[in-house]
Amino acid sequence: MSPVGKFGRRIRRSRKGGVEVRLADDEREFLRSLAPQMRDLLEDPEDPAVARLFPVAYPDHEDRQAEYRILAGGELLDSHREALAALEATAGAERLDDEQANAWLRALNEIRLVLGTRLGVTEDHDAWPTDADDPRVPAFAAYDFLSRLQGELVEALLD
Amino acid sequence: MTAPVEIREPDIGEETREDHPWVVIVWNDPINLMSYVTFVLQKLFGYSKEKATKLMLDVHYKGKAVVSSGPREKAEIDVFRLHEHGLWATMQHDE
Repeated sequence: MSPVGKFGRRIRRSRKGGVEVRLADDEREFLRSLAPQMRDLLEDPEDPAVARLFPVAYPDHEDRQAEYRILAGGELLDSHREALAALEATAGAERLDDEQANAWLRALNEIRLVLGTRLGVTEDHDAWPTDADDPRVPAFAAYDFLSRLQGELVEALLD
Repeated sequence: MTAPVEIREPDIGEETREDHPWVVIVWNDPINLMSYVTFVLQKLFGYSKEKATKLMLDVHYKGKAVVSSGPREKAEIDVFRLHEHGLWATMQHDE
């Protein structure tokens, strides 16, 4: 797992309930654009990064695992999609109720799991690319942005 | 309602597999945030912040932690809810 430092907070507990979200327009647009990309990726369960969203429940029981996949796989896919749809629908919102905030948490986590798996992130942040010419830098920056945002959202919900 | 009759192995005196049937394990991974894992354990299982934090630290430093246990059906629902939240959860018989 990975710790997240407290930066300038953009998400705070709202007195009216839920959380207040202060993000720039381009950040909101970025979040909104991720949902359809993720939906497309979810169409390919063979993708090893997407497979991270569908973990094996029964590592010791092949038959039961196959059964779990059949019985729960579709529902899990729907659940992942619903979280992404909620993020897409409320990316421009200045306030989220608790249910929407929880959907953001799950959607941000889904995106980070797929992106982070693709990037091969480790708990060692010193291993991240630092050379500005490294073609992986934008993807790592996106991952970092999503991580901070999710961290702030968790902190706000725990307040 | 009437409780269903449980069929048990006749090994009276020993703890049967039905007594401690299944445990749900969360495994460490490099992506899930520590604060998020704590939050999810509190939310899904109603654990105190202290208990959820201890389990999260076990996951982080020991590589895994048993977060719940019970009959197979309950354990499977717990695993599913953890999967919904992106945690790497598995279930196995408590040996």
